[in-house]
Amino acid sequence: MQRVGEMRGFQWLAATLGRLAVSLFVPGLTFLVLWRVFIFLRDTQAPQWLTAGIAIVWGVGGVMALFLLANLVVEQLPARWKTRLTPFVFVGPALVILSWYLALPTVRTFYASLLDARGERFVGLANYVYAFTSDAMLESFRNNLLWLVVGTGFSVGFGLLIAVLADRTHPAFETFIKALIFMPMAISMVGASVIWKFVYEFRPPGAEQIGLLNAIVTALGRQPRAWLLMQPWNTLFLIVILIWLQTGYAMVIISAAIKGIPDELLEAARIDGANEVQIFFKIIIPSIRGTLITVSTTIVIFTLKIFDIVQAMTGGNYGTQVIANEQYNQMFRAFHFGRGAAIAIVLFIAVVPVMWYNLRQFAQQTEAFR
Amino acid sequence: MNSKRRNWAGTVFVYGLLLLIAAIWTIPTLGLLISSFRPGDDVTRTGWWTVLRNPTQANLTLDNYRIVLGMVGDDPRLQEVVKRGQENINLGTAVVNSLTVTIPATVIPILIAAFAAYGFAWIRFPGRRFFFIGVVALLVVPLQIALIPILKDYVRLNLSGTFLGIWLAHTGFGLSLAIYLLYNYISTLPRDILESAFMDGASHFTIFTRLVLPLSMPALASFAIFQFLWVWNDLLVALVFLGASPEVQVLTQRLLGMLGTFGTDWHLLTAGAFVSMILPLIVFFALQRYFVRGLLAGSVKG
Repeated sequence: MQRVGEMRGFQWLAATLGRLAVSLFVPGLTFLVLWRVFIFLRDTQAPQWLTAGIAIVWGVGGVMALFLLANLVVEQLPARWKTRLTPFVFVGPALVILSWYLALPTVRTFYASLLDARGERFVGLANYVYAFTSDAMLESFRNNLLWLVVGTGFSVGFGLLIAVLADRTHPAFETFIKALIFMPMAISMVGASVIWKFVYEFRPPGAEQIGLLNAIVTALGRQPRAWLLMQPWNTLFLIVILIWLQTGYAMVIISAAIKGIPDELLEAARIDGANEVQIFFKIIIPSIRGTLITVSTTIVIFTLKIFDIVQAMTGGNYGTQVIANEQYNQMFRAFHFGRGAAIAIVLFIAVVPVMWYNLRQFAQQTEAFR
Repeated sequence: MNSKRRNWAGTVFVYGLLLLIAAIWTIPTLGLLISSFRPGDDVTRTGWWTVLRNPTQANLTLDNYRIVLGMVGDDPRLQEVVKRGQENINLGTAVVNSLTVTIPATVIPILIAAFAAYGFAWIRFPGRRFFFIGVVALLVVPLQIALIPILKDYVRLNLSGTFLGIWLAHTGFGLSLAIYLLYNYISTLPRDILESAFMDGASHFTIFTRLVLPLSMPALASFAIFQFLWVWNDLLVALVFLGASPEVQVLTQRLLGMLGTFGTDWHLLTAGAFVSMILPLIVFFALQRYFVRGLLAGSVKG
């Protein structure tokens, strides 16, 4: 009897030690391996393609290993703890990363906005005075408003126009046209800036123009212009790039919504003698109102933070400054972190209404989220 | 009769107008593509459209691509150009860097978000609703809000200018949209399939890896394309977290530099821009179906 008891005790001990070893040794080993590879990657002189390959395997494999590991450790725990901790094996990493990269920075940036350039001395609202009254920021506000109104308006307008017209053509033709309009979505804003800077290229009068726009203008008998230096119109020439990039997005979403309108509705209207213009305003527009609002909101939020185009085309000079570029300048040219933070808060405040709307929508559909 | 003729005119008008718009949309890119194959002297002397006038006599070359990709070999003529343009002209390193940044910065957030989406959709736990509301709230938060605090952390942790640092940054900024999209998909998977797996005693982990991940492939693919294009085309995050060292700079950063310093070397700039565009264009056209599905499912990103 006693023997059996001893045996059991031994088994229990062995099992516990085994679990302990698994939950300590394996994680320890994994972390050690990941850490060694990180050090290697940071300091290596190996050929670049090799480093890149190892880095990719390390980054992707490391994340998978960490999930496996967390699960392995939780599996060793008593049932009660297991049920309690399993959800956090799944959502935990995401919550930690989101807190670190977006949630906490909101608070930390607000705090930084109350400090001076190097984050050492409390300066009250001085940075906000700069953010709302300096010449650069007033210019940015004016330009951003122009970007929002003209950029969003034309992107959605063209998107709607193309979607409605293409809906009436042969399906093969429709696919072809839509693919061409949609293509710029794959191009970076820097790439798009190269494309359009070439279109706007200026040579003095009399010289052969190599920019398309000036070639057209001179062919019509006018003087060539340095479009990007022409205040205040140059901002509009930059906005053209945004419209070129975003129309495809608006078109695709709106097109899907139009195809969702029941055919009977359109047929009934035609039988009642409505013409195409009436159908457009009385049936199509009201049916896709929700989609138009969503598309406009998405483009507005995108445009609010416009940075790449301005940085690449003019660097924010010649009266084209925008909020996000001024923020970048304050952080990395002027090294004034307080002002940079205050401007980031201004951008944040601008999206709060959309955030509030999203949350309200979510609360209303919350039946699905029991 | 009259109305029929009007219909016919209307159809011609619709087709004509669409062709015109599509032409306006495509011509700037065409100009870039053609110029990238022309010798530098030609590009500065005549407009790219002159090539179209008599394509057979056009002077086209791959030299621009050989220069920007660093495949000059021992052609003395090209070596001369490279010497003149300093070392900054070779984009080969930047191509590898862009890939090194983009692949993990696409896969890692998808993996983490898929786990989280499953957790929110299929496991009941205290705080679930609260945390998910947090994810929804973060959807539109501009990433500018994070630049200063995260950069401070990175300097302290020696992560500034490392690939790990930029992977994590892109993960953090893409994660809320990823969770939201994948949650919408994973929560609608048929309940009985998952429940029968539970009955058989499978753990959450097994169900997730064996059942949910394979079933969610379409949603994972949509977000993957989304995030791939976003990261590959990103400039701001790279400028802030990768920094100015040419060994780690990605294509967008280098193009920005070329726009500044080589503003007049249009033949090299156009070739470089096309090098940066070719991969996203291939991904985009090959997987357009998934991309559109993702766009339709998603709402707004911060």
